[in-house]
Amino acid sequence: MITLNNISKQFGKLKVLDHVSTSCDQSECIALIGPNGSGKTTLIKSILGMVIPDSGSITFNGKDIANNFQYRDEIGYMPQIGRYPDNMTIGQVLGMMKDIRGKSGELDEDLIQAFSINNLLNKRMRTLSGGTIQKVSAALAFLFKPVVLILDEPTAGLDPVASELFKEKIISEKDKGKLVLITSHILSDLDDLVTRIIYMQDGKLVFHKSMEELRRDTGEERLVKSIAQVMVSNYE
Amino acid sequence: MNKIIKYVIADILRNKIMVIYTGFLLAASFSVFSLEDNTSKGLLSLLNIILIVVPLVSIIFSTIYMYNSVEFIELLVSQPLKRRTIWLSLFTGLASSLSIAFFIGAGIPVLLYQANWIGYTMVFSGIILSIIFAAIAFLATVKMRDKAKGIGAAIMLWLYFSLLFDGLVLFLLFQFADYPLEKPMIALSTLNPIDLSRILILLQLDVSAMMGYTGAVFKDFFGTSTGLIFSFFVLLTWIIIPVWYSTKKFNSKDL
Repeated sequence: MITLNNISKQFGKLKVLDHVSTSCDQSECIALIGPNGSGKTTLIKSILGMVIPDSGSITFNGKDIANNFQYRDEIGYMPQIGRYPDNMTIGQVLGMMKDIRGKSGELDEDLIQAFSINNLLNKRMRTLSGGTIQKVSAALAFLFKPVVLILDEPTAGLDPVASELFKEKIISEKDKGKLVLITSHILSDLDDLVTRIIYMQDGKLVFHKSMEELRRDTGEERLVKSIAQVMVSNYE
Repeated sequence: MNKIIKYVIADILRNKIMVIYTGFLLAASFSVFSLEDNTSKGLLSLLNIILIVVPLVSIIFSTIYMYNSVEFIELLVSQPLKRRTIWLSLFTGLASSLSIAFFIGAGIPVLLYQANWIGYTMVFSGIILSIIFAAIAFLATVKMRDKAKGIGAAIMLWLYFSLLFDGLVLFLLFQFADYPLEKPMIALSTLNPIDLSRILILLQLDVSAMMGYTGAVFKDFFGTSTGLIFSFFVLLTWIIIPVWYSTKKFNSKDL
């Protein structure tokens, strides 16, 4: 579904992505894991066309994404820090996104209901707490029934209840055959979600394995322990 | 495209600074017109206020607005929208809000007291200056990632166009006082939209008679319809080039 061919990106002297190649398929929930500054967010942003790679190509459903924007119709993206125009209310932001996407019917309002966002529609974005903004971002990512979900640190600011609801939603979407890409440092959150792991370090893709393979290779049952093992062996 | 413009305008018009700016212009124009018996004298005082305040507010407000919208732009870029559409919509939204604020604040009083060719020129120049300086602000924000640097650059640009440029022109005039400089002065004036607007308005007023030989050459050139059309296109170029260049840069910018 998404194929990356030799993606490289440099910010000044810093090599953020170094010849990354991989592919992601439907019905998978892939976790992007790596230490801080390993290039996870840059990788995600390249897929979204927010960062333009220096070399290499990305294809989405077989089509190159360079100079293409329509493919983003199929993607729901939840940013690490969602920021919205301060003066708009939640209702207006939701309305605006519906307007932009041009889809009014058949929306997925599960998360809006689950997070009771409907009670907050008149609140201005600037008055919201970090967690509530995360909820709005999450609801927006799922709202348009995208085929691919890209979630950057989704559970970082959510309370335990919201976090559980959110995880349930992710699992149900994956079971519907969607591709979910998640980055997170809270590995315990990922344990029952992910089916594959992409491990990155210093801009290089170290491995892309399924959970079973990782379990077999590290001899650990829990994701936290296996990743800890990998991280320590790669840490300098 | 229209959707984003609508949201940007709604967002800006609710901004307090915009309300204060409009109120300030309203207060300035009404007090100037009611202080002077002669409305053309009032217009002259207002001209000086407008030529300082409008570019300053337009460039600083636009720069800060753009830096504050970084995350909003990121959000839009992750949606199925063309980058060019996003950038041009933001520009159109900002430029039209600034123009609306100027029109309400200064345009309406001017048209009330001076509903003639001078008044129209003044309103037109104010609006086009608002747009030009929004365009220049877009250039500064797309070039500089750092907020402090970007706002600093915007202030420097404003200083350059409002003060330094005139100083440079004066310097040139004194250095080359022995040569006929009237024609080159016309070319020089196209390099600064503020000067160009000032000349356009002054030439409509009676005071232009006091500008000496240069004034006469200016009147000869800018007073004709060719001159007017020429200056109109120069001002238009001042919008098009920064917008075109910043759009090009934004298309390949990493967010």
